[in-house]
Amino acid sequence: MNAPCYHCGTLVSPQNTLQFDKRAFCCVGCKTIYQFFTDNHLSDYYRFDANPGAKPSDASIKYAFLKDQAIVSSLLEFQNEETSIITLHIPHIHCSSCIWILEHLHKISPAILRSQVNFLKKTVRIVFQPKLSLFELVQIISNIGYEPRISLEHVDAKEKPVDRNLLYRIGVAFFSFGNIMLLSFPEYFEVGEFWLEQYKSFFRWLMLGLSLPAFLYAAFPYYESAFYAIRSKRLNMDIPIALGIVAMFVRSIVDMYLDHGAGFFDSMCGLIFFMLLGKLFQQKTYEFLSFERDYKSYFPIAVTRVNDDGGEAVVAVYDINPNDIILIRNEELIPVDGILLSATAKLDYSFVTGEQKPVYKQSGDKLYAGGKFYGATVKLRVSQRISNSYLTQLWANEAFTKNKRAAYSTITDRISRYFTPALLGLAAISFIFWSFTSLQMAFQVLTAVLIVACPCALALTAPFTLGNVLRILGSQKLYLKNAAVIEQLAAVNTLVFDKTGTLTTTSSSALSWKGSFTEDELVAIKSAVYASNHPLSRLISNELLGLKAEDLSDFKEFPGKGIEAKHGNTNMRLGSATWIGAAVDTTTHATAVHIEIDGIYKGSITFSTLYRKHLPELFHKLANDYQIVVLSGDNSSEKATLASILPASVSYHFNQKPEQKLNFIKKLQDEGKTVLMMGDGLNDAGALMQSNVGLALAEDVNVFSPACDGIIDATVFEKLQAYLKYSKNAMRIIYGSFTISVLYNIVGLSFALSGTLSPLVAAIIMPLSTVTIISFVTIMSNVFARFKSK
Amino acid sequence: MSVIYLLISISLIIALLFLYAFFKAVKNGQFDDDYTPSVRVLFDDSVTDSKTETSPTVVSPKTIQND
Repeated sequence: MNAPCYHCGTLVSPQNTLQFDKRAFCCVGCKTIYQFFTDNHLSDYYRFDANPGAKPSDASIKYAFLKDQAIVSSLLEFQNEETSIITLHIPHIHCSSCIWILEHLHKISPAILRSQVNFLKKTVRIVFQPKLSLFELVQIISNIGYEPRISLEHVDAKEKPVDRNLLYRIGVAFFSFGNIMLLSFPEYFEVGEFWLEQYKSFFRWLMLGLSLPAFLYAAFPYYESAFYAIRSKRLNMDIPIALGIVAMFVRSIVDMYLDHGAGFFDSMCGLIFFMLLGKLFQQKTYEFLSFERDYKSYFPIAVTRVNDDGGEAVVAVYDINPNDIILIRNEELIPVDGILLSATAKLDYSFVTGEQKPVYKQSGDKLYAGGKFYGATVKLRVSQRISNSYLTQLWANEAFTKNKRAAYSTITDRISRYFTPALLGLAAISFIFWSFTSLQMAFQVLTAVLIVACPCALALTAPFTLGNVLRILGSQKLYLKNAAVIEQLAAVNTLVFDKTGTLTTTSSSALSWKGSFTEDELVAIKSAVYASNHPLSRLISNELLGLKAEDLSDFKEFPGKGIEAKHGNTNMRLGSATWIGAAVDTTTHATAVHIEIDGIYKGSITFSTLYRKHLPELFHKLANDYQIVVLSGDNSSEKATLASILPASVSYHFNQKPEQKLNFIKKLQDEGKTVLMMGDGLNDAGALMQSNVGLALAEDVNVFSPACDGIIDATVFEKLQAYLKYSKNAMRIIYGSFTISVLYNIVGLSFALSGTLSPLVAAIIMPLSTVTIISFVTIMSNVFARFKSK
Repeated sequence: MSVIYLLISISLIIALLFLYAFFKAVKNGQFDDDYTPSVRVLFDDSVTDSKTETSPTVVSPKTIQND
């Protein structure tokens, strides 16, 4: 039976378990943290959530740039002699234990004064004394398993001013609405008492006064939007809304003056309040996700530069100039284009191109930014500044600068194109018709029409439906940037998929063994790979889960090449074909680890890509309704495999560079297609940006994803078809509730046109229609969300 | 009956006080994070521990590493 590690929850077989304090641990790191917490009276950490921790990581090299004072001060939020403040983004924050430990950091180091977690944003704001350096602080929290993510985007990231205007407006509208409602009760019930009659005008003046903040301040966005729409000669929903509000206000004042009644102050404030509430509801944001990432989120803040005198210094990447010489260490990302000075280098450009096979470069070769480097430290002569490098230029494309939102009109806008002129026409006709009878009556009917037809329910329909759908999809692990994406999702007719990392999974792969191994040899291999941290070693180690890793008498890792280990009397070398000296199989492009035991070549382990579960089923379902394209930066070696499992209508394009992907999407759009692009890497960033809906697929939604309209968790990939269908149903719900609110409008209008609209009728119809609409869309969107149970 | 002026002005002042409190709360960022406080409120004030010693040992980041 495999037991979970008490600290991090990783399943470990009994043979590999570390026992300490009667608890099971998966590795020394986890045990150390546990020991540390118990010694420091922090063992409460384990009380809030089971196995809350993460494996610790060594921060000393990775965060060496934090020793540089200039970089540190660009990261700090505030700094003086007594205190420093920093906000760190920590992806691991996921449970109450995390909040607890991160808010008890002052128990670990007295130099930490206080810390506060924002769970939704996954950040912790730490106030500490400068006698503790930022480097030491990051080391402390990395050592307890909470490694912060610090990348180029955090440098000089000015705290964005939070827009809280909507909340203020809602507060004001509710204040006016509530107080006016209370003052209106005598009017509603037409209490004819003598003393109430006496104070009637006082009450009315008070209502007028109370309605002013709502009329002038809370409703301001509607006037603004209506004004801009008229100026650009468009018709939107905010025009009848603004007209309705103004009509109510003017009519109420006239009624007051002529002593007709209390007017519509109550309905007006209620209407403003409800509509603002709808806006708030639609504003659901997933704060822990960032939909706006560019290369800056991936790039390191600083690199090591070799100075003229041979000394090394950490410099910010923005300060690297052409002809500087920089050092790139194992697993670091190359931030600038340059020329390799060291003999050879192995680079993984999967992050840029999608091509998983590593690239080998010789001394003198040109290296492009974005490659992840494996191997012993190399030197690089810089040829371009970061902003001019090959990769970063992709962001100079116009797809990244133009506003996607402006390109299409929302469903509410489209409907208001018919609704607004119809309403204005009706108001004009009724005014002319009644003006033959009496001008005063005509004015009353005109305002009544504008008041009753004020599309409050109509305007609430889309925000409430889309806001609700957004939440339901979020609970199903499809996180959309905003409600407008749902409308686009429903309109999509072409689906474009990236291959590597999107159709294939990166978390597991199929291993095939070549050659035969004895039980003892397998144990030796397991022991060797267990000691290594390389991703391929981990995969092999997982494959040999049943075996116990034993102690090695000798172990050496050669970055980019392989490992050399001695287990008992067995000498082993595991690694790449060229390093081992095995014949390279050129027919396949698959990654392989070759094994040599005691100087004899024994065989190899080949890793073949694994397609996502249910991929063929999903594509067969989708092929009925959508045109599907596979767009890959990889070579065409997998084409035959793909063609055999996917529907025949799918088309394939291989060897596509990031820029070509972008242009391919653009071409489809020029043909009139509405395109959904699904990708995972930075190489898809351009295509994701250009497409109508760009969905980034993520194995772990907290880690990287390029700029996009939505992030979909890899575990729900197979549900894509259900989600697309759901978005279409959401549109049907909106049309359905539009019909209902138009029916309410017709009832209201029949009162208005006959000149019998009393404030009481208005005060009833308005909230009633709102409540109907909200309950209708909430019930319907939950009914259609039946895929939840599947 | 002119006491009604007094009563209504008192009620209005109270309502305005609440509005002011709401504004202040929004400004302080109380509505920015509506989840973490709900968890934080459940934490015990004092740190309980199975071990009985009282003075917490203060450690530098190095101590954890060198284990």
